[in-house]
Amino acid sequence: MLKSRIIPCLDVKDGRVVKGINFVNLVDAGDPVEQARVYDEQGADELCFLDITASSDNRDSMYDVISGTAEKCFMPLTVGGGVRTTEDIRKLLLAGADKVSINTAAVTNPEFVREAAQKFGSQCTVVAVDAKSTGPDTWEIFTHGGRNATGLEAVAWCQRMVELGAGEILLTSMDRDGTKKGFNLPLTRAVADAIPAPVIASGGVGTLDHMVEGITEGHATGVLAASIFHFGTYTIAQTKAHMKAAGLAVRD
Amino acid sequence: MTVAIIDYGSGNLRSAAKAFERMVRETGRSDDILVTSDADVVRQSDHIVLPGVGAFADCRRGLYAVDGMVDALQHVVVDKGQPFLGICVGMQLMATVGREHGEHAGLDWIKGDIVPLSPADASLKVPHMGWNDLQIKENQHPVLSGIDTGDHVYFVHSYHLRTEDPAHILATVDYGEAVTAIVGRDNLIGTQFHPEKSQQVGLHLIANFLNWKP
Repeated sequence: MLKSRIIPCLDVKDGRVVKGINFVNLVDAGDPVEQARVYDEQGADELCFLDITASSDNRDSMYDVISGTAEKCFMPLTVGGGVRTTEDIRKLLLAGADKVSINTAAVTNPEFVREAAQKFGSQCTVVAVDAKSTGPDTWEIFTHGGRNATGLEAVAWCQRMVELGAGEILLTSMDRDGTKKGFNLPLTRAVADAIPAPVIASGGVGTLDHMVEGITEGHATGVLAASIFHFGTYTIAQTKAHMKAAGLAVRD
Repeated sequence: MTVAIIDYGSGNLRSAAKAFERMVRETGRSDDILVTSDADVVRQSDHIVLPGVGAFADCRRGLYAVDGMVDALQHVVVDKGQPFLGICVGMQLMATVGREHGEHAGLDWIKGDIVPLSPADASLKVPHMGWNDLQIKENQHPVLSGIDTGDHVYFVHSYHLRTEDPAHILATVDYGEAVTAIVGRDNLIGTQFHPEKSQQVGLHLIANFLNWKP
């Protein structure tokens, strides 16, 4: 049967990891390729890079990071951050990304998602959705790291993205991101139950039980976390053992 | 030996090429891995790899748009019998017909058709995306040597291959039903999953393919 996916995410700025795991055996803890290799060895099911480089002048550094990772890690790699054009996607894929996540550009021009899916296939078109609670069981899409409200309702938005060709939704709860209080489970479940495509839950993981809940209660097929791995709180292997003990199917 | 990875504009060939290059190095071989859209190069190659991502019709159109490529494939794979590996939609193109967005003729090397995944269980999402475990049906196949039932590989697909002849199915995967994971006959093999993205199991399959002398 299909296994639940555990996906570590690395924030990369100007070609360097922002919050890196600090393992003694790392030659260079700020090197995204080294970090990716560690996650690969620990048994991560996929890797996610989020490029938070502010200046477009430095964006080329990301291509080196991706191609360096693709040399060493033979596992699926999703890259997001600042993806605006099909040319951006093409360059990321040629560097070695397998999937590209589109966030703000999907809001400003939803047709871009259709264009991306038609050109590169739904299998590599991920739409990243940042949602915030705006009332009981209602969530709104925000852009620019949660600063800009869009007036778009999250569940309907995700349905539309899948209709336009998104093969996967990377769903982040802005309310929970960075809180370590766990995923926003009602949001995750509402989206996961409403669309045929897979949902990756993101935002708020602080414990391994949170990872379990994302699958069992949030109905996500994958769970993404950054800081619990970055800071070495838990390894991927510990996460998998915990999820397995909770009765979930994971890849050994 | 020369391995041709056919470039017909479908997706990212870098990771496939890197995985092949890695296994050439690790197994002490000295093969040339060529990512190529040149039909003449394909005609002269010893092992042929046809990758593919996206929709069947788009891939078919892309492949047939490369001057002389389908003829070269027929020559080197069917007439000369050189080892062939199809990956994902590259595997699906081996079938008789694809039924994704209309009906489109495939290479017709494996009798069968490409149909949508439609798991009865609504909790099973489409695309089938992620790691799933293989059920090996044909233990004696050299390309599957050392790969066992229960080994995990990485899938991303919404359509799957139904073969006319069950003997062509070398491995399946459970996704609401038994879905074809590996097909093959004679000098042909195809994987629905991505060996180049399947860590050690996938790299092992690639090494076996490089050593394959059908």
